[in-house]
Amino acid sequence: MALNASELNAGDTYTERLVEDLKRTQIVMYAGASGDYNPVHTDEVFTTEVAGYPSVFAHGMLTMGLTGKMLTNYVGDGRLTEFGVRFTNQVFPGDTLDATATVVGVEDGIVELNVATVNQKGVQVAMGTAKARVD
Amino acid sequence: MAVEKFKVEASHIMMFARAVGDANRIYHDDDYAEGTEPGSIIAPPTFAQASAQFDPDYSLRPPIDGEGWFGSGGKPTGAKPREGSGGGGGGGGGGLHAEQRFVYHRHIRPGDVLTATTKPGNTWERESRRAGKLTFSESVTEYRDQNGELVVTATGVGVRTERPVDQG
Repeated sequence: MALNASELNAGDTYTERLVEDLKRTQIVMYAGASGDYNPVHTDEVFTTEVAGYPSVFAHGMLTMGLTGKMLTNYVGDGRLTEFGVRFTNQVFPGDTLDATATVVGVEDGIVELNVATVNQKGVQVAMGTAKARVD
Repeated sequence: MAVEKFKVEASHIMMFARAVGDANRIYHDDDYAEGTEPGSIIAPPTFAQASAQFDPDYSLRPPIDGEGWFGSGGKPTGAKPREGSGGGGGGGGGGLHAEQRFVYHRHIRPGDVLTATTKPGNTWERESRRAGKLTFSESVTEYRDQNGELVVTATGVGVRTERPVDQG
């Protein structure tokens, strides 16, 4: 399952669809599991009438969690050593997200990756880096 | 955020994995997990964030009696958000999560009892065309296990916006 250093080259990419037509219920599930009940994620009335957004929107950490699925599918279970992202745009119900890992290089048994998640309009919603142990 | 006892349970890991749309059996199937390299169920990479459930003063969870919660009830908003940990948003331009980084010293497993201690990091400001003045604040949380060993280091950056982010 894990990656092999000898088969990795800078510029290699791995892409996965994270979610298609993101449902409000998925956001509710994330609120319940994570404990982040900020109403901007689940309470349409509050979010539109008080917070001033067009609708509820996903937790940044839901976007990161979804992106993490792509990473662990790529590098293997228990192999990640670092993972960080900046949240560059909000994710709304109905969005479809794709994430890509790009190999930066391999050194001392660790692969360094650039990570980017984009929505159906091609707008980046999260970008960052990750490191993982390789064979 | 200060969490004295974050008891990691397999059922919580299963629910968290579902919430991030991850069907990998290593997050819920003991028998399968035994045959994998980690050798047991482990938590998905962002699971440490669920420590909010174990923070007695977490500001983005309605209090047990519902008193003072700012989400909608009969009216669009109940009240002003409580001050406290979590750095969440209230009305108008509120708090958003700008950045998150994790360093994994090992992976979290069911049975771990984690302690989280958070130290404030840098703060900085920036002007944004879409949301006015942005005020960023960083915090670094160390998750240690029942033996005092460092498991995960989490760095979070929150941002307060002057006004809601323009979606145009």
